[in-house]
Amino acid sequence: MSHRINQSIADKEISALELTALERRLLNDFQRDFPLSATPYADMAEKLGVSEQQVIDTLQKLKEQGAISRVGAVFRPNRVGVSTLAAMAVPLDRLEEVAQLVNEYDEVNHNYEREHDFNLWFVATARDDAHLKAVLDDIESRCGLTVLFLPLVEDYHIDLGFELKWS
Amino acid sequence: MNVPKIPEGLIQMPGLDERDKKLVAAIQSGLPLCSHPYAEIGQQIDMAEAEVIQRLQRLLDNDFIKRMGVVVRHHELGYQSNAMVVWDVPDAQVKALGHCMGQFEFITLCYQRPRRLPEWRYNLFCMIHGRDRDDVLRCVELVVERCSLQSVAHEVLFSQRRFKQRGARY
Repeated sequence: MSHRINQSIADKEISALELTALERRLLNDFQRDFPLSATPYADMAEKLGVSEQQVIDTLQKLKEQGAISRVGAVFRPNRVGVSTLAAMAVPLDRLEEVAQLVNEYDEVNHNYEREHDFNLWFVATARDDAHLKAVLDDIESRCGLTVLFLPLVEDYHIDLGFELKWS
Repeated sequence: MNVPKIPEGLIQMPGLDERDKKLVAAIQSGLPLCSHPYAEIGQQIDMAEAEVIQRLQRLLDNDFIKRMGVVVRHHELGYQSNAMVVWDVPDAQVKALGHCMGQFEFITLCYQRPRRLPEWRYNLFCMIHGRDRDDVLRCVELVVERCSLQSVAHEVLFSQRRFKQRGARY
């Protein structure tokens, strides 16, 4: 159990060695301050000394490979809509089944197994409080398990992106 | 259900009008990869390119949007190990310790959350991404040392299977 790596969605690690210099710069240098101009990819291309089409094609490739999930906005939690972290202590022989049930909800955007008695952790997001509560109540009653409801109280993290180290 | 009420202040969306909401809905799965992405988003929701850009700028200025840019997937880029580290911090020190933790570059989230006694005693949560388990544990040690957390109870919840990961939809 302790060192299992068994992803249930596409799982191919991209070795740093496989990445071109352009790919590395696109991954590292543009996690924030994406241009709010009519042609943002052309602006990036100018900084990088390549063509707009190269930027677009390379981002497309990184997206298809799974290295990036999207190019776009990261919303501050609970400023647009509401969300909460939730946890369940699921008997091991039911974990797969309960995880799939939780995954069915469009409101759930992250769902992980973690090493703890509380072994299923997911994030649910909805337009408003009533909808969010209804989703969690529904999960609770369908699974017959208590859902630990852990909404955010305060965010202390200043998100400047994540510095990837290639060495 | 275990205490479901979210504080009222977090539910409201001050300053967000119907057109903002339409725009947020249109960009939540990402910007299109084309020459004029804001114009293309605008076409989907009947909004001029200039208005799309102006509204996004305001959402950034108002901190509705934390950042705009490339959103990387750590796991695929070789950060194979991630752990949620949870701490039982005295209430009076949550703010100071949260700020202390929030500054480490390997910490990608740092939130205060409510305790749920008796099942759950921890009130400060942070996410650490590392190359492997030892890498993550070294990061935890560094946080303990730098923020003087030697006497604070904590647990390291390594992730196992990832059943779902995508951007939020509202």
